[in-house]
Amino acid sequence: MPESKQAYLHIENLTKYFGEFVAVSKLSLEIFSGEFICFLGPSGCGKTTLLRAIAGLDPQSSGSITQDGKNISNLPPSERDFGIVFQSYALFPNLTVFQNVAYGLENQRLPKEEIRKRVASLLELVGMPEHTEKYPAQLSGGEQQRVALSRALATSPGLLLLDEPLSALDARVRVALRQEIRALHERLGVTTILVTHDQEEALSMADRIVVMNDGRIEQIGTPEEIYSTPASPFVADFIGVMNFMQGEIFSGKVRIGENTFSCETANIQDGRKVRLTVRPEDILCRTDSTSDQSVSLNSFAVKVESLEFLGSFCRLILSGPEGFGKLKADLSTHQVHELKVTQDSRLTAEFPSRNLRIFPESS
Amino acid sequence: MSSVAALPVSATSVSGASSVRIRISRDDIALRSGLLLLITLLVVAVVFPLYTLLSKSFEDMDGEFVGLQNFREYFETPALFNSITNSLGVAISVAIIVLVLAFVYAYALTRTKMPLRGLFRGIALIPILAPSLLAAISLIYWFGNQGVLKSWLFGASIYGPIGVIMASCFWVFPHALMILVTALSTADARLYEAAEALRTPKWRVFWTVTLPGAKYGILSTGFIVFTLVITDFGVPKVIGGRFNVLATDVYKQVVGQQNFEMGAVVSLVLLLPAVVAFIADRWVQRKQVALLSARAVPFQPKADPLRDWLFFSFCSIIAFIFIAMLAMAAYASFITFWPYNLSFTLDNYDFDLMDGGGWEAYYNSIRLAIYCAVFGSGLIFLGSYLVEKTRGVTWLRTILHLGAMLPLAVPGLVLGIAYIFFFNHPDNPLGFLYGTMGILVICTIVHFYTVSHLTCLTALKQLDPEFEAVALSLKTPVWRTFRKVTLPVCLPALLDVASYLFLNAMTTVSAVVFLYSPETMLASVAVLNMDDAGDIAPAAAMALMIVYTSACFRIMHALLSRYLKRRTQVWRNQ
Repeated sequence: MPESKQAYLHIENLTKYFGEFVAVSKLSLEIFSGEFICFLGPSGCGKTTLLRAIAGLDPQSSGSITQDGKNISNLPPSERDFGIVFQSYALFPNLTVFQNVAYGLENQRLPKEEIRKRVASLLELVGMPEHTEKYPAQLSGGEQQRVALSRALATSPGLLLLDEPLSALDARVRVALRQEIRALHERLGVTTILVTHDQEEALSMADRIVVMNDGRIEQIGTPEEIYSTPASPFVADFIGVMNFMQGEIFSGKVRIGENTFSCETANIQDGRKVRLTVRPEDILCRTDSTSDQSVSLNSFAVKVESLEFLGSFCRLILSGPEGFGKLKADLSTHQVHELKVTQDSRLTAEFPSRNLRIFPESS
Repeated sequence: MSSVAALPVSATSVSGASSVRIRISRDDIALRSGLLLLITLLVVAVVFPLYTLLSKSFEDMDGEFVGLQNFREYFETPALFNSITNSLGVAISVAIIVLVLAFVYAYALTRTKMPLRGLFRGIALIPILAPSLLAAISLIYWFGNQGVLKSWLFGASIYGPIGVIMASCFWVFPHALMILVTALSTADARLYEAAEALRTPKWRVFWTVTLPGAKYGILSTGFIVFTLVITDFGVPKVIGGRFNVLATDVYKQVVGQQNFEMGAVVSLVLLLPAVVAFIADRWVQRKQVALLSARAVPFQPKADPLRDWLFFSFCSIIAFIFIAMLAMAAYASFITFWPYNLSFTLDNYDFDLMDGGGWEAYYNSIRLAIYCAVFGSGLIFLGSYLVEKTRGVTWLRTILHLGAMLPLAVPGLVLGIAYIFFFNHPDNPLGFLYGTMGILVICTIVHFYTVSHLTCLTALKQLDPEFEAVALSLKTPVWRTFRKVTLPVCLPALLDVASYLFLNAMTTVSAVVFLYSPETMLASVAVLNMDDAGDIAPAAAMALMIVYTSACFRIMHALLSRYLKRRTQVWRNQ
């Protein structure tokens, strides 16, 4: 997002207590107009609490929320400008699809004909032009969530809040709806916040991801940034799969046992304990037991403990020298055949410098 | 639930910032005012009367405070004190007998393939349609001095503990059965399959799976039966003879001897076991919640001819006794002069010729029942809605909920006396209600408030808690969502509550017996008075009128519910 843009939603120093429990702790965040934001984190991290505070459903204990230049911190939900979709759909069971979508419009005292047209176009938008006279119980989960979505969009809110909207759906429907929601956002440009614990969902849908843990923001960034340059061990561990190793800074390099690895060490001083991380797909493997190992600085000998076939690729569990523990490395099925990898194979693993990241241990 | 919403945050000082106060919307104001209004109503209709009763027990006839004088007097009067042991003895005996019989009956209904289960269930629920007095009257015809089966008692008299226990067992049976059927219906089939896979003998499955699963239902039944019996006054009044119990003592002190202070003392003594049973039952109920939350596969009994016929025989005997009880009262109500002239007559239904209020009493009862059903269900539903759906103000909602739970702990007799003291007080601006239909309606609604409140609350809790959040985001006023969604979805529960209130208003004696006036005589009270005057056949006839009316209403309710269910089947997920 361009920096010059004015923030549409501005959250400052927001804290929420439940009794003695701190659900959200002094959290500040800016969301820009038209952005698709994901709050991502494990359950209990405060992401839903934050969403409900923005909606005014469970007001924050302290801190302020500004929407579109207006301080909404003290407004009841009915005076805020948002549409909301829940995991449970929360469709009114005794009203038809049409009546559900028209629910908010009828309140604005629009003429009947206009309501009819608007509902029709909304249902068209979510790909459900038929079924208007059906009741929610007669629809599938995916269809219900589409109706809930068009109901939330009916009053043209400035902010769309999605609280784990896909979590109750089947895997296939979930993936399809992901793309549709994203496409819908592209078309309408409404600022959207999606709460999810599903990293794949966040990575595939969001413009920016807010990774949360223990009521705090761990990192804000594009999916690419979050994945390739995690800002903390938590993010590194939570997003994707990651290998962690204990090491020590030694003259600008990282030393683990007998091996040293060159990588970006910033200005961390010598002797500092660090955690070295590398993703399984970034580990390079080759069978060059004959060639000289010192050729490549970041390489070391490993043994294949086990192989797990995962369709398009294989996950190898490798045991390395002292200090490495068990490493996970992903190889394409093609590569596995080429290298003739089997259990107990001996390989050389290489950690490419640019794919290594280190986190200083808190002392 | 968003109950934590506007809690005053205790930990604010930790964060160092001031707490955010959300501006109160117009809806919030309406809901909170509703809460306050209902709390006020309950305080006036429950708390104030009970307080007056309490203070009365510490006063002498002139209203002077005398401390524990009345209590000392009470415990020094053996005739009064004996009633405590009598009451406890009867209540515990009935609790044990009914628990065993109703458990077997409920087991037969839920866990066997015995034929005619629906019929047996219907027959066992008959007593709900009748005042408790009916059983006592019927027993007099069977086993009384002129009874057809008097010899079966081997010289023992039905007028006394035997009669009280037998009649009580009859009228509390359906209450016990309903809880036990529910408890036994919630079995998890997977437990039985696991037990079978482990080759567990059937008796061991019963002891290790069935009984523990129904444990809380059994305990709850025991408490409820105990409370119903110890606070019932109709049965011992009619068939107790010289056998005094707490409930009849209250009546004698207040109505017979006009000794209101002593009546207050006895009511407090009566209140004690009821409150203990209430608290114990609440505790049990809370435990049960955790048990039910598991995702269970419903249990389907398999046919087993020997077992099924054994249970069939058992249920047939019970059902036969039930029908015999009702049939004898019905038969006797058409007899000219038992047992000397057994010719058929309708004279006993000519209530206007008897002492006891005549047909007017019957019409009053119907009026009372309709008022209670209409106003009671509306008010109680509103109250439970406010408890469940108001945003914030947790403490107000808790107060209203506690206020709604309180009446369950207060026996009808105690409530009735408390109402006399409170509404008959010369300084009470609400005194104009005394002796009117109004006070009967209020008293009856309050008397049966708690069960209705819990029924509504259960229905409301089944709604998605996010409905209100969605409605708020769509800028819909709360009353519109209430009218368009909440009310239609909860309509079946609302009908159940209306029906419950109607039936109880038709059959109740205990509270209203202190509050009726000559103009507001009720059918159930008329049964009592006619029996008192020796007009047993007309008393039976009036009791039967109550049964017929209740049965008609029950059928109408069933038809309406079925129609509603069919109409809304499309959107109810069956």
